[in-house]
Amino acid sequence: MDMPKTEAQLAALIKQAHADKTPLRIRGGGTRTDLGRPAQPADVLSTQGLSGITLYDPGALTMIAQAGTSMAEIETALAAENQMLAFEPIDYRGLLGSTGEPSIGGTVATNISGPRRMLVGACRDFVMGVRFVTGEGDIVKSGGRVMKNVTGLDLSKLQCGAYGGLGVLTEVSMKVMPKPQAAMTLVFEGFTVEQGLALLRKALGTPFELAGAAFLPGATSRTCLRIEGLKTQVDYRTKNLTALSSGLSKIVTGGEHDALWKSIRDVVPFHGSNKPVWRLSVKPSAAADIAAALETALGAEAFFDWGGGLIWLQTPDATAEIAQQIRAEIAPHGGYATLIRGSVQQRAALDVFQPQAPRLAKISQQLRDQFDPAGVLNPSLMAA
Amino acid sequence: MSTIAMPVPDSDTLGRRDEIIDALEAAVPGAVISDPVETRAYECDALTAYRCPPLAVVLPCKTEEVAAAMKVCFDLGVRVVPRGAGTSLAGGSLPTADSIILGTARLTDVLEIDYDNRFIRVQTGVTNLSVTGAVEDDGFFYAPDPSSQLACAIAGNIAMNSGGAHCLKYGVTTNNLIGVKIVMTDGEIVEVGGPHLDASGLDILGIICGSEGQLGIVIEATLKILPKPEGARPVLIGYDDAEVAGQCVANIIKSGVLPVAIEYMDRPCIRVVENFAKAGYPDCEALLIVEVEGSEAEIADQLTIIKDIAAALNPVELREAQSADESAAIWKGRKSAFGAMGQINDYMCLDGTVPLSELPFTLKRIGELSKEHEMDVANVFHAGDGNMHPLILFDANQPGDLERAEAFGADILKLCVQVGGCLTGEHGVGIEKRDLMTDQYSAEDLEAQMRVKDVFDPQWLLNPAKVFPLQVSAARRG
Repeated sequence: MDMPKTEAQLAALIKQAHADKTPLRIRGGGTRTDLGRPAQPADVLSTQGLSGITLYDPGALTMIAQAGTSMAEIETALAAENQMLAFEPIDYRGLLGSTGEPSIGGTVATNISGPRRMLVGACRDFVMGVRFVTGEGDIVKSGGRVMKNVTGLDLSKLQCGAYGGLGVLTEVSMKVMPKPQAAMTLVFEGFTVEQGLALLRKALGTPFELAGAAFLPGATSRTCLRIEGLKTQVDYRTKNLTALSSGLSKIVTGGEHDALWKSIRDVVPFHGSNKPVWRLSVKPSAAADIAAALETALGAEAFFDWGGGLIWLQTPDATAEIAQQIRAEIAPHGGYATLIRGSVQQRAALDVFQPQAPRLAKISQQLRDQFDPAGVLNPSLMAA
Repeated sequence: MSTIAMPVPDSDTLGRRDEIIDALEAAVPGAVISDPVETRAYECDALTAYRCPPLAVVLPCKTEEVAAAMKVCFDLGVRVVPRGAGTSLAGGSLPTADSIILGTARLTDVLEIDYDNRFIRVQTGVTNLSVTGAVEDDGFFYAPDPSSQLACAIAGNIAMNSGGAHCLKYGVTTNNLIGVKIVMTDGEIVEVGGPHLDASGLDILGIICGSEGQLGIVIEATLKILPKPEGARPVLIGYDDAEVAGQCVANIIKSGVLPVAIEYMDRPCIRVVENFAKAGYPDCEALLIVEVEGSEAEIADQLTIIKDIAAALNPVELREAQSADESAAIWKGRKSAFGAMGQINDYMCLDGTVPLSELPFTLKRIGELSKEHEMDVANVFHAGDGNMHPLILFDANQPGDLERAEAFGADILKLCVQVGGCLTGEHGVGIEKRDLMTDQYSAEDLEAQMRVKDVFDPQWLLNPAKVFPLQVSAARRG
């Protein structure tokens, strides 16, 4: 495993790999290596040697960190100023059974956001700039350290969610946010999926800025509405949101509240199993029907975040046919499904990422060819 | 003569004018304007110092017509300048003599409103304000609010990734755009995104937004709509020291209160505005307008926190609006700032962004540059996100004044880059800042951006001579 200590060293390594046409497997903290199509044998290029917070300006809500910096280090620094990464990055260790420390580079490269995403935006919305090394070993920067920046094409967005295939991130510049002064969650128990998701959509149509909207099925289902803000805001919003529906069972606060949303964020309901887990992004009003159909057809289990816009689905098996069935169920409404947890065999046998319309697939391939002409950066990881 | 160069028009294209117009008329009957008297109306956008009538103008009424017109241009190798409402301050839709304008002005349908899933789908010729207009009776709004929102089109908002006064809380266009339908240069129609969140695969939507018409013609947009807040109220804070005002902004932002807007005006601006609008502003070095939203109780609570922060820094003025009228009065001056400036002078409006911590230094340095260039400048801007709007005052009738103003402006923008900011926060690069791009980006940075354009527009037909410095893009432009 190569672990360069500087961006220049990393660039030199990639330049060599490009010349030799040697594929590289890009690795941050190593907690997400089981995402995507299984890697062909390849040299591992770690960004963990590029570590440390470069700049933290709490008054400007700005943090710049080298890509290999651990999320733990970043979150500790932010917590000291009562700030946070508002998009709630997922910690995949529990779901994927991985070890190590997730890195900020891996977080940005996978662009996967947690429950607050539907209110505040995704990881990509908080990335103000990046530095990366292309597949030819060129060092490129995009954006910067200011929130408003329309200077040239937004390559930072393109790097978010590219899983390293368009370049290896070396530094990211993030917009951070103050932690809410107060937070609590209204829990309505015993609703059906349709009832629960309808309540969430109704609540999301109010001006009360719901910061979490999840439905957890079970013997006693839970419809969860997270409210955040200044203390007076939380009190006021609680009163108004409670009035939306009868059947409020409890109000969760403190440690129990934090644990509840961490469990939704990290997909805890599906921990401790090897069954395949899929992440479905759909139109919220279609979520109940999609999930019901897949439960019947596949024996799948589901829970819902983002007011129904995000379905976490666990299936007994994962095959190309099952992937096709899931995607066919989503297709009429728009949206997509990604296999997040699957065995090597399963991930090799099906399209982990949703296949795209032909022209979009062609554009994506052409972009890869431009940024990584020899195909050395995580080749075929995102292949559909 | 002004100083921004444009390439020499392609004589071959000019020689084929009749052939090109015939082909366009055959492809999109009734949508082509070729009379030189009529095309003159499209010779510039809001950067009026630069003008050039296009070869022809095409204003399609249907998606398929956009595709058909684009296909003709692709096959004939004709350059295309996409145009929304033509309100760009950066020359983003300035024609060239050898290009046709492909405008979205007749694509103004609202296609779908979905309150249950909180989105609206529109054709991109609709104005920014009409998007909110379509949903406000039902209690919703579209958040990005550039000050030209009455006139500017969603097409241009997407091209420039427009912001506005309220983007401190709600973000800019890219944060509120969830899907587009785009006509590629070869005429193929591609859909990206939709009512669901985030992309599968590469974030193509993210690269299209803010691409200044370099990658394709965006003809439909799916936009997030938000429930309208219950109320809003501003507070006016005056300081006699720019540095203290900057500190106040940072302290507010850090406090956990999330204002929807923090606007800043400096003394030269306050004086002109006060003279024009009689808003009752104090004569001080720095004026802040901070607005918060919510219910009455929530507003009161947020404003208490903000007033405490402001009071601790010894303001010369601290005034909370007590009524709707007083709120309007506080905003009146700020909203009339550009008009007031226009009454007394020609002005050039810049929009570089700087890190918040560099605001005081940047303002001080702009003052020094003003003396060096012997030109006046007034500052009015979105302080919450460091997006400055220095207004350089000049006399367009005075020979040489525009060039001097451009030189002063270039120095200010370079300063923004030097302190860690950027050339443009919301207006876009266009032609205006095109040749300054090398101050912000290395050759490798620009090469990477141009490679994205190579994918979408291999012939480099779209929006010629914008965004990329002429010298840097020479080989590709042919």
